[in-house]
Parts: sequence; C-alpha cells; structure tokens
Amino acid sequence: MRSGEGSGPPPNVSPSEPISSQPRTENSALDTLRGLLPRSVVSALGLVFVGLLIVWVIGNFAQSPSEFFNVFLIGLTNGAVYGLIALGYTLVYGILQLINFAHGDVFALGGLVASSMILTVFDLTTSTAALVLVLALAATLVIAMVFGAGLNASIELVAYRRLRNAPRLAPLITAVGMSFLLQNVGLIGWGVEYQSIPRLVPNSIAFSLGSVDFQWNKVAVLLITIPVLLGLTYLVKATRQGKAMRATSQDPEAAAMMGVNVNRTISFTFILAGGLAGAAGVLYLLNFTTMRYDQGFQLGLIAFTAAVLGGIGNMSGALVGAITIGLIEAFNEGLSWYTPGSDWTRSIVFGLLIAILVFRPEGILGERTPEGQ
Amino acid sequence: MKLPTRMKGSGPDAHPGEDTGGWMPAEVRQAWGRLPAPIQRIALPLLLTVLAFLYPKYAENLPGLFPAVGTLVIMIVFTMMAVGLNIVVGYAGLLDLGYVAFYAAGAYTAAWFASLQFEQVSFHFGSVGISREAVGIHLSVWLILLIAGTLTALAGIIIGLPTLRLRGDYLAIVTLGFGEIIPQFVRNGDNVFGFDLTHGTFGISPIDSPGFGKTLEDAIGVPASFQQSFEREQWFYWTALALLLLTVFCSVRLRDSRLGRAWIAIREDETAAAAMGIPLMRTKTWAYAIGAFFGGIAGAYYATFKSGAFPSDFYFNISVFLLCMVILGGMGSVWGVVLGGLLLSYLDQEGLAKLGNSFSEIIGQQIDVPKYNFGVYGLIIVLMMLFRPTGLIPERRRKKELAEGVHDETLYDESA
Repeated sequence: MRSGEGSGPPPNVSPSEPISSQPRTENSALDTLRGLLPRSVVSALGLVFVGLLIVWVIGNFAQSPSEFFNVFLIGLTNGAVYGLIALGYTLVYGILQLINFAHGDVFALGGLVASSMILTVFDLTTSTAALVLVLALAATLVIAMVFGAGLNASIELVAYRRLRNAPRLAPLITAVGMSFLLQNVGLIGWGVEYQSIPRLVPNSIAFSLGSVDFQWNKVAVLLITIPVLLGLTYLVKATRQGKAMRATSQDPEAAAMMGVNVNRTISFTFILAGGLAGAAGVLYLLNFTTMRYDQGFQLGLIAFTAAVLGGIGNMSGALVGAITIGLIEAFNEGLSWYTPGSDWTRSIVFGLLIAILVFRPEGILGERTPEGQ
Repeated sequence: MKLPTRMKGSGPDAHPGEDTGGWMPAEVRQAWGRLPAPIQRIALPLLLTVLAFLYPKYAENLPGLFPAVGTLVIMIVFTMMAVGLNIVVGYAGLLDLGYVAFYAAGAYTAAWFASLQFEQVSFHFGSVGISREAVGIHLSVWLILLIAGTLTALAGIIIGLPTLRLRGDYLAIVTLGFGEIIPQFVRNGDNVFGFDLTHGTFGISPIDSPGFGKTLEDAIGVPASFQQSFEREQWFYWTALALLLLTVFCSVRLRDSRLGRAWIAIREDETAAAAMGIPLMRTKTWAYAIGAFFGGIAGAYYATFKSGAFPSDFYFNISVFLLCMVILGGMGSVWGVVLGGLLLSYLDQEGLAKLGNSFSEIIGQQIDVPKYNFGVYGLIIVLMMLFRPTGLIPERRRKKELAEGVHDETLYDESA
C-alpha cells in the first residue's frame, strides 16, 4: 500500500489475470505489524538493524582492509554471475508474471554443456596457447548461450504456453516439475560427479591497486558480464523487439491489437533469458571450475532472491540485488569479525528474501513489471 | 485442452455413479440400488478400511509386488502429510513449497520430548519401554503427537501471519525459504549459544516408542511398547492407519464446514470472497495452521517409527514430492490425494526399485531407476498439469474451474 499509492499510477495491472484488480502491494505485512506496534517502532527497528550492519561492515574493514577488498572482489564477481541468472528471472517474470523455477537448471545444463565442450570437443588444458584458448572459449560461450536459449524457448513452448490461461498456480507448479525434469536430464547426461575443468583462466594477478589484487578469472567475469548487460539494456530499451517486449508485459491484449505478435515476443524473452543463463553457466564454470547437475537449483534460488531483492521485473534492480547478495555471501564466508560463517549463508540469504518480501515486497529499486522502466 | 472437456458433458450435474458397476449382473445392481443411501455411500470406504486393517494378516500370501508392512507405515505417513498439504494447496489454493518444515518441526518435537537429548533434566510422564532412571524428557508418545501437532500449527501461524498477505507466487517463494532455513537451522543447531538443541548433523536418536504400557498389556494383551513388541511393524501400521483415517475424516468434515467453504471461495476468487465478508487473513491462517497440524503429527509419528530425527531427511525434494502427490491425486480431492500419496510413496519406497529390476531384466542391462526418482516425479507433475490438471480423482469443483478457466477469454489469437 505504501508504494502502490505513493508512487503514482497503480503499477502494472496485468490483463491476463483478473485477480490483479485485487490490490497488489498492500501485501506488505507492515499492516499486520502496525496493528501490534506503532509504525515508528518498526522503522526504528529497521534502522537499528541497518546501523548494526554498517557497524559490522566498517568493523571488518578496520580489521584488515586488504582482506576486506579481496572479499569484496569475490562478492562482486559472484554477484555478476548471479546477476546474469537473475536477469533471466526478471525478464520472464516481467512478461508472464511467472517464476520460472526451471531457469536455474537451464543455467546448470548450460554449464554442463560448456564443460563437455571444453573437456572433449576442444580438449582445452592449461597449456593450450592463449589465442586458441580465447577463441575456443568464445565458441564455448556462444554454444552454451545458443543451447540455453533453445532449451528455454522449448520449455516455454512445450510446458508454459498451453497453460497461459490456466489458474496462476498451474504454470508455477509446472515450472517446479520442469526443474526436476531438467535436473535429471543433467543427471542422466553427466552423472552425479562434479564435472571439473582445468583452471583455464588463471587466477594469477592481472593488476594490483595498492594491496588489492585483481585476479584474471575475476576480471574476466566482469569483462564478459558488462558488455552482455549493456547489450541487453540496449536491446530492451532501444530496439523494436524491446519495445514489443515492454508493450507485451504492460498489456498483452493491447499489444496484440497494436500488431505485436505476442507469442513470438514471449518466445523471444525466453530465448534472451536462456541465453543469459547459458552465459552465466560458462562464467560460473570458468570461475569455479566445477559444475554438477543439481547446482542450478540452489543458484537459481539465490538468483531469484536477488531479483526479488532488487524489485522483480526491474532490470537494473536485478543487478543491484545480485551484487548485494554476492557481497553478503562473500562477506559472510570470507570476513572474520563477528561473522556467522558459511554454515549459515543459506539461512541468511533466504531470511533476507523473506524479510524483503514481508516488509518491502517491491524491492530496493521498486517493482516495475514493464521491463526496464 | 478446453473443448474436449466441455464436450464430454460430464459437468458437475452428470449422474455420478451411473457407469460404476457396469460389470455387475443386473440383479446385484438392483439389490445395491435398494440399499439406503448412507450404506451405499460408506460401503466402499468401509470395505477398503477393513481390508487395510487386516493387511498384516494376509500380507505374506500376496505376490512380491505388494509392499511390506513396514513400507506401508512410511507410505501412510507420507500420505498423511499429503492430505495435510492438500488443505493448504487444494482447499485454500495457497501454494506451499516448504511443507517439509512442518514435517521437521513435528519430528524434532518428538525428538525433544521423548529422547535422551536434554540430559540436564530427567522427566517422565507416561513413557513406555524406558527405564525410569533415564535422563532427558520422556513424555507419552500419544501426548507428543498432540503436542507436535499443536506446536507445528503454532509454527504455521507464526510463519503464516506475516507471509499470507503475499500474492500466490511470492507466498510459494517465502514458504520455500522457510523450508530451506529450518533444515539448516536444525543442522547447525548443535551449538545455539553453547546449548546443544538439535545435535547437529547426527540428529537425535533413539526416540521412545509409542505403546500402551504395562497395565494394559497385562490386562488385554496390547503391547506395552511397540518397539519392543514382536509384532512391531504391525502395531505401527495399525496406528498409522488410524491416524490417516482421522486425518481424512477431519479433512472431509473441514471441507464441508463453513471454514472449508470459505477456503474454496478464497481459492476461486479472493476479491469476491472478501467482498462477501470472508476474513481473508484469518481464513488463510487457519488453512495454514490446520495443514501444519497434520504435518506435525505425521512428522512426529514417523520420527518415533524410525526412532530418530535426522536433518538429512528434510530436503526441498520432500516438499515437491508431497506436492506431486497432491497434484497426481487431484488438488482438493481427499480420496484422490490418498490414492496419489499411496501410489507415489510406494513407488518411492519399493516400486521404482522393483520396476527397475524387472525393466533391467527385460533389456538385460542394469539401470538404477530409483536414482532418477525425482525426474520421474517432475515428469508426473508436468504431464499432469498439461494433460489432466484435475488429477486422478478430480474434485468436482476444481474440475469445472480448470476446464473452463477462471479467466476471461483473451482477445488475441493464442495459436498465432
């Protein structure tokens, strides 16, 4: 209610769903709490929490600045990979209001395909010449992206398209089923073992700023992620296809009447999201050198949390959320001063997800279902 | 998908039971028709119940494909959870992807109140089969089932109050989050500010067994403690069956109650339900609490059967497994869910391995079918949602809703 009424016109009344006339954001549990506590107390509690968090971060920074920056860099890199996955969730959610549970598994399969390309097709090792290595990795990236795009589009075609007018839970449940199905495809194709590749992108130091070392594998992730994101932003904001996407997500019926081919636009969105997931799979594999069939699910959940954290449906929000989550994870696992440690990472991430959904369902940057803006 | 269902004309007013018994001779059918309606209605469930209760007595004579009695206990426990989940998902239409949290809560309640876990105290109340000197809290397991249900329902309310305002898919995610946090909490809970609450990854074991106590054993021959009885599995089976019947009974009665009708109204149109004066939050919270209640009882009972509560039992997969039972059986249809639950848990416990073995014999190559069980469940979910969203035994109202859709027709051509 806070955001829905405060920030201009009612956001995104989606036509394919009559219950959307049911108000969307007063889901905020603040209403419940307000009954129990005065609002100022809730805000004060929130501020105290944020304050403690800041004290904790500064305290850790004071303990060891260089360690802090190294951990920060790890968080940033992981956050970039999460961001690529989170964007896929956000794109699909923006257009269909569907949480595509299978998305994380598309990511994992993309990584597994890439591992096969690297291990058997190109047979890359750490001693491969640099130029060959770069070309082969570029080819792997393209193949994984095409694979992810094709897979994601086929999932939409086979499983979700028929359910477009079904009650809202139907496609969601199908997505959960699809996710398990894809995991087993990975299990059958690649087995239960971790697929490990040699460390192709060395973790030697590319350059140093002060006492902070930038390692090649981390720099490479950022070097690939940033152009992909710029390209995506251009695509959605400046091209005809992007305009069609935004129109469809705002109002599919009106878009159809204006001559937008709604089905093709939705397919295109899934292709885009799948491509991003495939790219994320390759980057994850290069950075961590291992991949297994069931890793997509966990990472998918984390990426989804990121998308919600930033405000689902909001592309820059997904990135902000992903980097926030990446940093939280890295801080929790890498810092030493009053840190819960890696045993609690998942609890912290999901606790954060719950807190965000309960107290600020529109996310950090606000929910904007029409993509981009 | 829409048209054929409508053309069949098997709407809610089609004559139910018209084509049942087509294989019976005419006289039998006539005699059946002359019986009073209540008898007709309860005859089949009664027959099945009697057959089920006698199962341990004739199980040895059945071919190998039938489950062992011990397996049946597990099947029934999972079916009970599925019936509980059905209240949340099927009746009230709230997708819960973290039901495993309630299972865990029930199991750990049993572990806390009937084991050696809290060695600082020694408290006994109605416990059986355990020495009076043993440390830890030992309550009667029958009491614990009730406590577990109540505590889990309380947990359901606590989780539900802030989250049930969220719209459907967000609610699913929040429940999923709880389903992930609670197992991790249990795993790491061996050092909560220096206090060993959950015994970490080792879990808590052993847990006391249910039983009727020495007095009753001497008087009428029922076992003092199931775990120490010679017919251990049989007694666990009968108790499980009684619990399942109780759950089914409550579930059916709730469905037809004022509360149940409110749930269904919310499921079908929240706005309209609110306009008709149904308090949304309270009604949804009740669904959550009652669903959790049965999950807690089932979890506690399973823990006493296994005599242990281990964190590795509580994974997201279990939540999906239970959801799969509900979907396979038919969301909202109690008998459908019972069927779906028994079928899937049978496949999980014994069926897939047996089928896998015969399959491997046929093609002459060893295939580890149970390894792919969750792929099979995923496939079942997808296929059911696509081709028979109403489930094996559809609930009448749900069938109508899914066949006709609750949405307006779209204006644009979907097939384009």
